[in-house]
Amino acid sequence: MKVKRILSAKSGDVITIRPDAPIRDAVALLTEHNIGALVVMAEGESRPVGIISERDIIHRSSVSESLFSEPVESIMTSELITGMPQDDLYSVAHTMTEKRFRHLPILDEGKLVGIISIGDVMKAQRDAYRGEIDTRETQLLAGAE
Amino acid sequence: MPEVGTEQNPLRVAIVGAGPTGFYTAEQLFKQKQYTVEVDMYERLPTPFGLVRYGVAPDHQKIKSVTKIFDRVAKKPGFRFFGNVELGKDISVADLRNYYHQIVYTTGAQTDRSLGIPGEELDGSYAATEFVAWYNGHPDFRECKFDLSVERAAVVGVGNVAVDVCRILSRTPEELARTDIADYALEALRESNIREVYMIGRRGPAQAAFTTPEIKELGELEDAEVWVPPAEATLDELSEQALAESSDRATTRKVEIIQSYAEERPTDKSRKLVLRFLVSPVEFIGDENGHLQAIKLVKNELYKTEAGTLRPRHTEEYETVPMGIAFRSIGYRGVPLPGVPFKESWGVILNEAGRVIDSDSGEPVTGEYTAGWIKRGATGVIGTNKPDAAETVDAMMDDLAGGQILDPANPGAEAAREMVEAQQPRRFTYEDWLALDEIEVARGEEQGRPRVKFTTVEKMAEALDK
Repeated sequence: MKVKRILSAKSGDVITIRPDAPIRDAVALLTEHNIGALVVMAEGESRPVGIISERDIIHRSSVSESLFSEPVESIMTSELITGMPQDDLYSVAHTMTEKRFRHLPILDEGKLVGIISIGDVMKAQRDAYRGEIDTRETQLLAGAE
Repeated sequence: MPEVGTEQNPLRVAIVGAGPTGFYTAEQLFKQKQYTVEVDMYERLPTPFGLVRYGVAPDHQKIKSVTKIFDRVAKKPGFRFFGNVELGKDISVADLRNYYHQIVYTTGAQTDRSLGIPGEELDGSYAATEFVAWYNGHPDFRECKFDLSVERAAVVGVGNVAVDVCRILSRTPEELARTDIADYALEALRESNIREVYMIGRRGPAQAAFTTPEIKELGELEDAEVWVPPAEATLDELSEQALAESSDRATTRKVEIIQSYAEERPTDKSRKLVLRFLVSPVEFIGDENGHLQAIKLVKNELYKTEAGTLRPRHTEEYETVPMGIAFRSIGYRGVPLPGVPFKESWGVILNEAGRVIDSDSGEPVTGEYTAGWIKRGATGVIGTNKPDAAETVDAMMDDLAGGQILDPANPGAEAAREMVEAQQPRRFTYEDWLALDEIEVARGEEQGRPRVKFTTVEKMAEALDK
C-alpha cells in the first residue's frame, strides 16, 4: 500500500504555521485541530522549512518560562524528513519507528500535499491485516463446506 | 424533523454501488443496534457484487464465496436492491437527496491508469481492466475484441490483476472450460496463438505487489512453465538489507518462490510465462499498420527515498522485445460521479474519513459519504473494504446523533420505489438476482462449470420474462 491511499481519505487542509509566529499560536492551533504537529511554512515557499510538535513544546517549556512568546523557528525541527505519495506504507512505518519520529509531511513534486502520523500508519496497517484475515477466513470457511 | 432512526421513522440510506464495499457498508449499518435503518442499494448493472462477479478471476471461485455473506445482508429486513438503475442517467444526486437522510457512494474504481508512454494507443495495446471485464462477461465489455493471433503477450504491472491476466492467457482451454469464464472468451482463448507471456515489473521481486498464493499458483499451471531471468530474481543490496531489517516473512517467502522459478528445469510444457523485474516499458513500437510489434524496455535500478521506500530509476540500458499484444495493469482508478466532489489527481471522491468534502468550502457535504476504492483508491483485498466501510458508518452514526443529516421531502420507502420505477421501469430486484443466479448455476451444472453467465441485460431480462 502507498502513502497516497492514507491521504486519499484525508482531504482536509494541512494545518501550517509561519516560522516567525509565537509558539503560543502553535499551541492554540494544535488544540483547536486536535493534532500533534504543525508543518512550518515560510511565506511564498511551497517547501516546508520545518515541523513543530507538541513534544517539542513540552520539552522546551520545562526550561524556558518565556517560551510561549518565542518564535516557532526557535524550537522547530528544521532537518525535516519528508515523504512522497508513492512511498510504501511499510517502509514508512519502519523508518518512523527506527528514527523515532511521529509525523511525516508528504510532498508531491516539491509541494506540500498532506501529513501522516504514526497513528495513521498503524491504522492503515491494522486495517490491511484485518482485511486479509477476513478474506482468508471467508475462503477457508467456503472451502470447508 | 421528527427523531430519525426509530421504528416509526427509520434512517433511510441510499448506497450507490453493489460491490463488496456496498454490502459491507449495509452490513455495518444493520449491525449497529442503536438506530433502525433501511437501506436501498443502487447498482447500474442488473446484478450485484461488482468486481466479485466481474473482476475476480473465473478460476478463483473460492474468493467469490464471499457473496454468501452478502446474501445474508440482502435478507435483512429493510434492505432493497435497485439493479439496472444508474446514477447520472436514471436518477440524480438531487433525486437521492429528496428521498434519503444519508447517501453513500461505493462505486469503486472502474478504469485503469495509463503508462504515459509513446505508442500506448497502438492496436494491440489494451487496459487489463477491459480484458478482465471481457473474460468475466461484463455486459459493457462483451463486444471488446482482443487480437490473440499473436505469439507473445506482455502484461505491464505486478499486482494480483496482472497475475490474473498472465494466468488466464497461459491456461489451457481445458483448464478454462472448468471455470465460469464467459463463453465467447473461452472460444476466443481456445483459438489463441499466444505461447509466451511476459509479466513486467519496474521494481524488484521484494517490492512486487502480488501476494504469495497468487505467485505460487503460477508454478502450478498445467501447460505453462514459469521462468525468471536469474539476474532479475537476485535481490540487489538495498532490497537485501531492507528485507533483513524488516524480517517480513511474507515477502521473504514471496522472494523465495520467485527465486525458485529462476532455476532451469527440463520441461515438456508448450507455453512459457516469463516474469521480468527491474524493467520499465518506455515505448510501444508499431508496424506500418499501426499494430504493436515490439516494446522497448529500460533497465531500472533502485534507490532509497528519505522515508525509506525503494523506488525505481531508469538506467541507460535498453532492450527491444518483439511483442504482439500488451495489457497495462498498473492500477485501477475511480471515475467521477456527476454532482459529487472528486480529487482528480488521486482518482477518489474528496473525503475526510468517509465524509464527502465540498471542494470550495472544504467542509463536509451534509448527508453524503463514501467508502471503498472510490474513497481511498484501489488497494488491498476484498476484506480490506470492511474496516474501511466501518469507518464511514461510524461517521454516519456520529452525524445522525449530532443531527447532521438530510431532511428529505419524501422520506418514505414506498415513495422512493415509485420514483425509481417511474424513471427506470426495468429495474431488477434482489429476488430477480437470486432467480438469475439459480438459472446460471443450473446451466453450469450441465457442463461441469460453476455457472454459465448471462452477458447481456437483454438476456437477463428475457430469462426472467421481464
